[in-house]
Amino acid sequence: MIEKKEIEELGALARIKLTDKEIEGFQKEFGDILSYISELSVIARKEKEPKAGTVYNVLREDENPHESGVYTDDLLQEMPQSENGYLKVKKIL
Amino acid sequence: MTISEARAKLDAGDVTAVKLAQTYLDAIKKSNDDLNAYLEVFDDVLEQAKAADKKIEKGESGPLTGIPIGVKDNILIKGRTASAGSKILETYTATYDATVTKKLKDQGVVFLGRTNCDEFAMGSSTENSAYGVTKNPHDESRVPGGTSGGSAAAVAAELATVALGSDTGGSIRQPGSFCGVVGLKPTYGSVSRSGLMAQGSSLDVIGPLAQTVTDAETVFSAIKGHDTMDSTSVPNNLYPTVAEKKTLFMGVPRDFLKDLDPVIAASFDDALEKYARIGYEVVDVDLPHIRHALASYYVIMFAESSTNLSRFDGVKYGLHEEGATLLDDYVQTRASGFGAEVRRRILLGTYVLSAGYYDAYYGKATQARELIREDFNGAFGSVDVIAMPTTPTPAFKIGEKNDPLSMYLADIFTVPVSLAGNPGMSVPMGTTSVDGTELPLGIQLVADHLHEDRLFQAGKDFLDEK
Repeated sequence: MIEKKEIEELGALARIKLTDKEIEGFQKEFGDILSYISELSVIARKEKEPKAGTVYNVLREDENPHESGVYTDDLLQEMPQSENGYLKVKKIL
Repeated sequence: MTISEARAKLDAGDVTAVKLAQTYLDAIKKSNDDLNAYLEVFDDVLEQAKAADKKIEKGESGPLTGIPIGVKDNILIKGRTASAGSKILETYTATYDATVTKKLKDQGVVFLGRTNCDEFAMGSSTENSAYGVTKNPHDESRVPGGTSGGSAAAVAAELATVALGSDTGGSIRQPGSFCGVVGLKPTYGSVSRSGLMAQGSSLDVIGPLAQTVTDAETVFSAIKGHDTMDSTSVPNNLYPTVAEKKTLFMGVPRDFLKDLDPVIAASFDDALEKYARIGYEVVDVDLPHIRHALASYYVIMFAESSTNLSRFDGVKYGLHEEGATLLDDYVQTRASGFGAEVRRRILLGTYVLSAGYYDAYYGKATQARELIREDFNGAFGSVDVIAMPTTPTPAFKIGEKNDPLSMYLADIFTVPVSLAGNPGMSVPMGTTSVDGTELPLGIQLVADHLHEDRLFQAGKDFLDEK
């Protein structure tokens, strides 16, 4: 079982509003899931460091840009709120 | 109809792409209300087919020209809705083509529609879709598996010649097994992820669900290859040169399979017997660390999904819930847009990545992953293919697994392969009778990185495909 307060904190960190009923359910479920994944603790510390794969440059050359503005309308169309070609958000300060 | 059959008929002029597409549209109309395999059937299917017919007439036809396919709802097709089975993207229209989409469009395939899946590809049954569960065509009281359940059901019910799915921990192979079709999860990085909605970015791969191994191979050949739009895409010069081998060595991780359900064990033993009979050397292999795979997989996947899904905030695209402040917009949008399993995984991901828990969970999980990868690499020093059942049970009942942990355990045989990045393919290995219904079972074949060729060889040998 994991504390109610802890679930609430996770919700705040993940920016998800949770109902009391949901928190209650998660308390039990998370206890089961975390106890299951805790079996990983048998793996000795530093037994194995993850290795990088074959290392090579994955960045493409910065050339042949698409024409400016070709995606603008499509992207604006998907924005919940926009004004004069800008994304509109609430004041944050 | 398989791709091979359709190709022969289209090229011989026995059938037009339009007529073929119409056959599938009729079939979908007849049974999709029951199965819910498709969330949307596109309204321009016949126009796409007309364009394909022109291509065929001009002699410009490729292996997939005019072939009607279904596409999982988390793969982008420009100008069409892609919702990933989620309310948060209910009205989202893709603003670009996924690389696989582009490749298929170039060949002139006919996209029939988008197939149902668990929300953001999280689940093992398609029950987590915000748009209702898909039903297994073999028994409509059972799940088709997940998360590519709509694609698997569509192929099994002949509502598509072939369909694209995506696989993070088994999401192509497990529904393939449950629905009795072939499901290929290619090597991580062999098929571009550009335009596939991200879940676990170090695990996600796009692949086909098909009626035959030959068809799966045809689709894989069409969609694989290096892509500058995906930084984890494998450069073409790393692909091995393929030499056909007469005798294949097949490894079986007996230790890992000792608690197998007797029905699955019997069917699996029959499959191994067949392989031995047709000349395979069946030997034991030791994969000592794959017992940690499920725990490792879920930690990594929680961590990666919670990170990937932070982009859905009600600001840039998708659902927007109006709150008093910007923070309220976020928390309310994410609360009403995401379903229960997605919220659960985001919170668990946030937990395992928290300062103080990071080493205990994420650190250990990546160490376990490395050990598992080494297990597979070691085994492929002596065998060509590893075989195990795809799933621990046949398709379960809708609503049967109502606690999340028991659902996670359904992925036990598929996640080790995902963690190691190897290619894996589920091939139908027979059926078992449950309550008077024959339910399909699958055998999972696994090969060394970029050795899909071995999977195709072993799969065709098993199904007696030429």
